[in-house]
Amino acid sequence: MSDFNSEFWNWYIILPTVLGIVWCFWLIWWMSLSSGDTASKDVEDTGHVWDEDLKEYNNPLPRWWLGMFYITLIFGIVYLALYPGLGTFEGYLGWSSKQAYEDEIAAADKQYGPLFQKHLSQDLVSLSEDTHGQKMGERLFLNYCSTCHGSDARGARGFPNLRDNDWLWGSDPETIKQTILDGRKGLMPAWGGPLGGAEGVANMTDYVLSLSGREHDASAAAIGQAQFNIFCVACHGVDGKGNTAMGAPNLTDKTWLHGASRALISESIDKGRQGHMPAHRDFLGEAKVHLIAAYVYGLSNK
Amino acid sequence: MEILGAASTEGRLHNNHNEVRDFLMTNTETYNYRVVRQFAIMTIVWAIVGMAVGVLIAAQLAWPALNFDVPWLTFSRLRPLHTNAVIFAFGGSALFACSYYVVQHTCHTKLVFPKLAAFTFWGWQVIILSAAITLPLGISSAKEYAELEWPIDILITLVWVAYAIVFFATIIKRQVKHIYVANWFFGAFIITVAVLHLFNSAALPVSLWKSYSAYAGVQDAMVQWWYGHNAVGFFLTAGFLGIMYYFVPKQAGRPVYSYRLSVVHFWALIFTYIWAGPHHLHYTALPDWAQSLGMVMSLILLAPSWGGMINGIMTLSGAWHKLRTDPVLRLLVVSISFYGMSTFEGPMMAIKTVNALSHYTDWTIGHVHSGALGWVALVSMGAMYYLIPRLFGREIYSLKLVEVHFWAATIGIVLYISAMWVAGITQGLMWRAVNDDGTLTYSFVESVQAMHPYYIVRTLGGAFFLIGTLVMAYNLWKSIAGARPVEVAIPAPSGAH
Repeated sequence: MSDFNSEFWNWYIILPTVLGIVWCFWLIWWMSLSSGDTASKDVEDTGHVWDEDLKEYNNPLPRWWLGMFYITLIFGIVYLALYPGLGTFEGYLGWSSKQAYEDEIAAADKQYGPLFQKHLSQDLVSLSEDTHGQKMGERLFLNYCSTCHGSDARGARGFPNLRDNDWLWGSDPETIKQTILDGRKGLMPAWGGPLGGAEGVANMTDYVLSLSGREHDASAAAIGQAQFNIFCVACHGVDGKGNTAMGAPNLTDKTWLHGASRALISESIDKGRQGHMPAHRDFLGEAKVHLIAAYVYGLSNK
Repeated sequence: MEILGAASTEGRLHNNHNEVRDFLMTNTETYNYRVVRQFAIMTIVWAIVGMAVGVLIAAQLAWPALNFDVPWLTFSRLRPLHTNAVIFAFGGSALFACSYYVVQHTCHTKLVFPKLAAFTFWGWQVIILSAAITLPLGISSAKEYAELEWPIDILITLVWVAYAIVFFATIIKRQVKHIYVANWFFGAFIITVAVLHLFNSAALPVSLWKSYSAYAGVQDAMVQWWYGHNAVGFFLTAGFLGIMYYFVPKQAGRPVYSYRLSVVHFWALIFTYIWAGPHHLHYTALPDWAQSLGMVMSLILLAPSWGGMINGIMTLSGAWHKLRTDPVLRLLVVSISFYGMSTFEGPMMAIKTVNALSHYTDWTIGHVHSGALGWVALVSMGAMYYLIPRLFGREIYSLKLVEVHFWAATIGIVLYISAMWVAGITQGLMWRAVNDDGTLTYSFVESVQAMHPYYIVRTLGGAFFLIGTLVMAYNLWKSIAGARPVEVAIPAPSGAH
């Protein structure tokens, strides 16, 4: 649908609005006018009878009700003179929701900005030991991060636990900050095809299980290992300990981002996985990210 | 009950002896009560079904395990089933029953096109059954209060056109000059709902059970709420005002308070309501001018709405004492009070600064239910207490049980809406609370946790209301059990027509 931007549409809005309100005025004025002698105590009925005994009185319109009607109509006219409403007429106050939003954000930045800026000069490690900074970081975390990582920061399947000091992309505080500022994209390709289907995937699963010393079929794992050395070493390394430069997880520990069961590990190999940490640089600004990074770092370095 | 058909065969002549005798004695036409009876009985059936689903999903909000991990029983699928069942199955059947009864009685003529009227009954029931099957299966166009997919939408259109033909043709054939006020409201409701349904349901089908809306983005949202709010304004307000304008004066035995008030509030109401939709989209991508108009027209709507309340309640002047002895009249009058209350609350919530707090909270749910339970359900039930025994030539079995129903329903509504007020304002305040550094004080899940006690009270309120409905069903069943449908002769018009 194209935008309604011709002058016609402007008047299409203005005329029915104005005429409608004028019509409402006329309607109640006319009906209260024709109420005849309201002082007379005898109320006439209309003389109509339906269904044997259904009749109508013709009482005058209650005064208080008429007053209420007039007040709302006058309020409407004043409001439409002050605020946008009549087509493209902007209203005498020049108010717009966009401007109102921007003013509110500017006011908030002015009021709260310095509180966040204050901590930007502090290095992340000392900020993680600063009680006040940690409190602010925690609130920011609860506002912006808890939807995925949980209010206790322990994550969920597919969303990393931030308390276990196990880092896909590296553990030093500046790297954590980098992750929050610019986001990360993790990609495990689907290996079901290259591995030759279900059997290949099953062998690989046995080998991956063996890396962390879990129960596995040794002969299958041996076949899997040969494949591992072809397909997997580039990211996960010869020893399976992963590579933080590309976010490839360590397969020899007990952390399983996408599920620890044999079935889920097999699914990860077969179909691949994707992880997406969104960037927050433009959304939150560096000062707030700095506080969050220090808080997250502090969670596993206390 | 076709009298002429019955008279033509001896066996049926015997069965319908009384009616035929009446027919031969008076030699007048009788009303078509058959379709009224059918709709009236289904009104009670769908009330129980719709409200029972409502109580279940209210309980699921308090105790989510009650969906038993069965996809068909999840809140997301049963919620539209609940709204469709109470609005269109229960409310719709009540509107069909009452409008068909009222239009015949106030036009002093039989329903025109009885076969088409029968089609509206069976068609409407098929629509309801299709909704009851497709919605739990997850088939939905995702438009609130218009979730049914396009094949069902087409059937709705056919039934509605048939309804309009039957209703307006009967008006045209009337034996009195003036059209009674109840029929103005029924007429406005029928025409407007047709227009709303056609525009809002316009969609491009991609398969039998999947279609995409003809509109995109904020225009889709605007069409949706233009429809959505006028479903409230014309289906749930104008239609039920039509019910009020017949059954209140009849039950009270008093004339309608003011003809000229009827004129003013009718025209002002139907003009103003149609603009109010944008108040559902305050502080969204909807252009500022549309939001302003939505708010202004919603405020102007207050007086026209209250015109109906005044006309209903003041009809009782001179008959207030009847409230002590007549629980049916009390149901009707309390329904008008709830109508007045929710049509005051609505314009207030449409003010942008109030809406900033109330929007997306359970306050809205409370507001809807003070209208739906307090006004729509109670006025329909009052009408059914009047109608159903009469359609079978009986009296109400037990006024004491009507009393029980009245109190169960009233307690239920009060529990429900006060729980939702507190819940909604709590949510609104929690969501906007900020710390000294401008961060939010509460995470969303904390506001969810805070709702738990109110959700329990809400479930309890709904259960009270449902119990009242079951008492009504029992009472009406006892009233008509074993009774034969009656045929009532159409009286000649009287008065200055």
